[in-house]
Amino acid sequence: MSFVDWISEPVNWVYAAIGLVVLYSAFRVVTVKNVVHAALFLVASLAGTAGLFLILGAEFVAWVLVLVYIGAVIVLFLFGIMITRAPTGKDENLDSQKKVWPAILSIGVFVAMAGSSISAFESQLINDVGEPTSTEVIGEALLGRFVIPFEVVSFVLLAALIGGITIARRDLSPAEEEERHAV
Amino acid sequence: MLLNQFLILAAAMFALGVYGLLVRRNIVLILLSVELMLNAVNINLVAFESYLRSSEAIGQVFAIFVITVAAAEVGIGLAIVLMIFRNRRSSNVDDLSLMRW
Repeated sequence: MSFVDWISEPVNWVYAAIGLVVLYSAFRVVTVKNVVHAALFLVASLAGTAGLFLILGAEFVAWVLVLVYIGAVIVLFLFGIMITRAPTGKDENLDSQKKVWPAILSIGVFVAMAGSSISAFESQLINDVGEPTSTEVIGEALLGRFVIPFEVVSFVLLAALIGGITIARRDLSPAEEEERHAV
Repeated sequence: MLLNQFLILAAAMFALGVYGLLVRRNIVLILLSVELMLNAVNINLVAFESYLRSSEAIGQVFAIFVITVAAAEVGIGLAIVLMIFRNRRSSNVDDLSLMRW
């Protein structure tokens, strides 16, 4: 498929625009000098990803991403940033000084992954998405074929909930424990 | 739409997440880079689902599982960050070198 053919489909303009937003925001997440800005750039990246999911016809996953990731996980991150009193202004010592080897490694990872996907899937097309995937199909899969992973993930969430509360509890001194139990 | 355009985008995002994981010194920023990597995996899964078009939307179901597990992991990770900050008053991973050789 030539580049002219590719660029003449409107879907691909939308893809290019969203893709630029996603990659630029991801780049700024890892390079910006301000902790809060990094979290907000991640919000932009995730919102762009939700847009990509909508192009691919995955409506339910897109809105689950917005709801759970942007709506809960990023808010949790911002709480964590505030509670650990990270300097909310420009901070100079956020990055380590040795950046060459990580950069080479990440470029190597990208070349390996992109190279293998290009050699495996050269010019395979995603044919017209047509109707977006209905939530009914996903619901039937989650409670049909994938009911065991679904229940196991519920256990994972329960364990994370209990574990989070236990880890973050304030340790009471013995005197305070006495007082608590006496009441 | 080519399949590769989504896979290469996801690969780039994953590589940026790896770079962030190795370079950043604040724990919260390291967790943010892990979220970037998980997001790249989600793009891959949904792109393959659109390409293969299975009858049960398997790729999308897996993407939902990944999002759920990522949310659980962030909860625990931030609880640990809280405890570290309470004990050490600093959220720089260079200060957590007690068990290094």
